[in-house]
Amino acid sequence: MKKILTTPISNEDILDLRIGDVVYLNGTIVTARDSGHKRRVLEGIIPSTDLKGGAVFHAGPITKTVDGRLEIVAIGPTTSMRMEKYQAEFISLTGVKMIIGKGGMGQKTTNACIKEKAVHCVFPGGCAVVGATEVEEVVSAEWLDLGMPEAFYTLKVKEFGPLIVSIDTLGNNLYENNKEIFNQRKTLIK
Amino acid sequence: MKKYTTQETKFILAIEKALDITAKQLPDDVICRLNEMRTAETSPSAKAFYDCYFENMDKAIATSRPICQDTGVVNFYVKVGTHFPLIDSLEELLIKAVERATATVPLRHNAVETFVEKNTGTNMGTKVPYIEWEIVPNSSELEIIIYLAGGGSSLPGRATVMVPSAGYGAIEDFVMDTMVNFGINACPPLVVGIGVGPCVASSARLAKKATLRTLGSHNPVELVAKQEQKIFDTLNAIGIGPQGLGGKESVMAVHIENMARHPSSFGVAVAFGCWAHRRMVLKVDENLNFTVTTHKGVSL
Repeated sequence: MKKILTTPISNEDILDLRIGDVVYLNGTIVTARDSGHKRRVLEGIIPSTDLKGGAVFHAGPITKTVDGRLEIVAIGPTTSMRMEKYQAEFISLTGVKMIIGKGGMGQKTTNACIKEKAVHCVFPGGCAVVGATEVEEVVSAEWLDLGMPEAFYTLKVKEFGPLIVSIDTLGNNLYENNKEIFNQRKTLIK
Repeated sequence: MKKYTTQETKFILAIEKALDITAKQLPDDVICRLNEMRTAETSPSAKAFYDCYFENMDKAIATSRPICQDTGVVNFYVKVGTHFPLIDSLEELLIKAVERATATVPLRHNAVETFVEKNTGTNMGTKVPYIEWEIVPNSSELEIIIYLAGGGSSLPGRATVMVPSAGYGAIEDFVMDTMVNFGINACPPLVVGIGVGPCVASSARLAKKATLRTLGSHNPVELVAKQEQKIFDTLNAIGIGPQGLGGKESVMAVHIENMARHPSSFGVAVAFGCWAHRRMVLKVDENLNFTVTTHKGVSL
């Protein structure tokens, strides 16, 4: 049975999630990458979509305009670690409950996940056509001055995933755990 | 609007089509290796990732969309014969093909001017698309490797210069550290390219070239080929798995390209390709007949 969450996400929805769990998402996600996080956190500019209980996707899609409407051609995750510098504050400022990207994130984000009750999930990297077919509609596109990949898109999604929980609300961190295991194996092999 | 000759127009359209295919369909050697890794995999979660990769590849072809949203900075590695008929306009034609493909494939806008921080919105910028040239004397043919260099797999690239007393064993340590601490985020299983030369710049160029070789091909020097195999085995024994979440193997291939060094230094660079290693090799003869050697059944 697929575990499907729906936005707005409550604390109860995610408190029992543990690293390695697989979930899917219905509802609204927004995209933000380096420039989007910087704009929100450093410049204090607030996008029109309310992020309380929401999901932010580290992603820069390929878009095209068909009959005056914006469509997603391909969308998949970008390296989450790049957003480490701003993520904790972004979570506190916005009340976002789920961060979606690829690869791990660091201690600052992990601490914010414990404090603010949020999770980081991984969408399989490079699977941008799978991602695009799970987007039902582009609700809005803001901050287009940042360029196609860095703009702030609000998307309606259906069964968006698979999303693998990589940081949970207890502060377990799947990538940090794995790094430790891989480094141990590396030392043993040498 | 600039007028192009019939030959030039034919060339631009062929490269535009080559870019389209490169973004949407992986080369045969990469698919073959991914299949091999998928079959060998025993971890259920790693198997699920491979299934997702293959589902995505099938959907990309079925719906004619780029496999990954990051269609990269377009790289061309060009070997041009001095008698190739379009040699004088070649650079301009390649750039034009990128401009067209950006709209028609479509490719993501990935050229950001440094310092001024402005996305050009065209995939064209200062020295981008990136073109490396090799001149072949007394030839009328052309060979191009197209590579879509994504940001995720470019991020973990590293280069350094070592002292000879560090020994060649230090290369393995450098590569392993980079792979475990940074490569893990770059959409494994990865292609690992290692360059060894006299300085940072020469080593880095070789490292990139190494990622572009046919997967599993060996360095012609047996000693170096053995080193490739050793690093390949060691990295795979770590079991990084697809997306860095654990699995049977870690890398698709390890290639080393080397050259002579200065007596007092050797440079080491490592470059990575992600699982969606989008590269195409094409050859063009003097009559502008195109042959694609990496994608079976594809013609331009």
